[in-house]
Amino acid sequence: MKFKAMTAVAALLLSVPAMTLADPDEDSLAINGEIEMVTETAAPAHLSDTLDTIYSGWRFREDETQALQMDDFDNPGMVFADLGLDQWNKVEGEAGKSCASCHGTPEESMKGVRAVYPKWNETAGEVRTLAMQINGCRTENMKAEPYKYTSGQMTNMEALISVQSRGMPVDVAMDGPVQATWEAGKEIYYTRFGQLELSCANCHEDNYGNMIRADHLSQGQINGFPTYRLKNAKLNQVHDRFRGCIRDTRGHTFEAGSPEFVALELYVATRGNGLSVEGPSVRN
Amino acid sequence: MDFTRRDTLALGMGAVALTVLPFRANAAADDAIAAFTGGAAMADAGVTLTAPEIAENGNTVPISVEAEGAVSIMVLAAGNPTPGVGTFTFGEMAGAHSASTRIRLAGTQDVIAIAKMADGSFAKASSNVKVTIGGCGG
Amino acid sequence: MAEGVKPRVKAPSKAAAGEAVVLKTLISHQMESGQRKNADGTPIPRSIINRFTCEFNGKSVIDIQMEPAISTNPYFEFEAVIPEAGDLKFTWYDDDGSVYEDVKSVAIG
Repeated sequence: MKFKAMTAVAALLLSVPAMTLADPDEDSLAINGEIEMVTETAAPAHLSDTLDTIYSGWRFREDETQALQMDDFDNPGMVFADLGLDQWNKVEGEAGKSCASCHGTPEESMKGVRAVYPKWNETAGEVRTLAMQINGCRTENMKAEPYKYTSGQMTNMEALISVQSRGMPVDVAMDGPVQATWEAGKEIYYTRFGQLELSCANCHEDNYGNMIRADHLSQGQINGFPTYRLKNAKLNQVHDRFRGCIRDTRGHTFEAGSPEFVALELYVATRGNGLSVEGPSVRN
Repeated sequence: MDFTRRDTLALGMGAVALTVLPFRANAAADDAIAAFTGGAAMADAGVTLTAPEIAENGNTVPISVEAEGAVSIMVLAAGNPTPGVGTFTFGEMAGAHSASTRIRLAGTQDVIAIAKMADGSFAKASSNVKVTIGGCGG
Repeated sequence: MAEGVKPRVKAPSKAAAGEAVVLKTLISHQMESGQRKNADGTPIPRSIINRFTCEFNGKSVIDIQMEPAISTNPYFEFEAVIPEAGDLKFTWYDDDGSVYEDVKSVAIG
């Protein structure tokens, strides 16, 4: 019946963009012509068996998309960092404090912070992502309501904090008290999920540079989060991106902020050690 | 590659829509052009439209228009559900008769720019933009 | 007023008399097209910024009529002539009647 014909139509449509397979391009990224970004560097030692070089996702995008990140005014993500600054200065919660009450200006206090998260929090005795630490501050110190994990308020604040570290190398620890979590994250990275039975590695380690339908597969690095995506025209939290990936395998995903995604974020972050912090980056 | 029946149907419908829609959409675009020009003839030179050949996502496509001596420039996306994009009217303090913005394109289609010149004449330019059907990026 | 609407403007603080300067504007706004449906199938009503203007000392630089095909977080880049010191005024008009404004002063030097 018609189903077969339509499958043929679909196959035809999909076969049209027979584009040449391509590796990352050769472009280099400097924000505002000033902040030099490392978008390609030697892979960290723990990847020595699988990758020689790691690349920022920026290198896999078309020129028009790349250009949006090269100037802070052209980057639509920056207006959300501005909104984050309004939140930073706003007194909330029973303690009568704002972020600024303890941390002063983000330009001084938040420099370098994004580069080392997720990291161990000794007091809490857990690995904390930047989002968890933001909410830790809100609930413990400000006595305020936490942000929803992947909300606009959260990504605004992450963008504000990330901007202070742009150009600094990602330097996330994988040993010591975080090691067990790191191992758990690695396990997830190589586990096949969903009806399509795809692991993170199947696309982002084995096939980066190849086309998945009309999309140029990157290494799945997360040094650019939060990321302004043209697809949904907003800042995307990294756990939302993970959810999208697992959903695309036709699998049930973990929840944003779940222990599984915290572990995965820690592991994937260390795969990008040496790339520059880019957040808020711009992607398709 | 595996498809659910629903996905395949959706793609099939898309293919049908692609073959049917241009007539409708072009009619709407023609109406908009007629309203702007009053049916006057349009020169092929005099207005420049810059748009990417391939857009990574149809949600945010950068375009620029420029027409020396233009009073205003209308931009249309002939393949959108409604073809209007915007009309740029230059004032006495304009430093150049040019502007850039970012637009939504529902699919691969022609983007059209029509400039109304100070002498009452019109000029037209168009550019085909291919909108990719994404993988995980789409 | 829609929530989280914040304008950004990039304009030089100084210009030579008669110089044409590049201006860039961006405003955070959903630009709901009216074409989308929510989860239960009801159309989401259109809610966009429908007009943007820029004036220098009260004289028009550009006046843009905006349709739903303008992307979320509308961005514009254009040029203005600066003959004397004064103020650039940027105004966005929302479907819901809200008006958002920003002003940048430009000195001659």
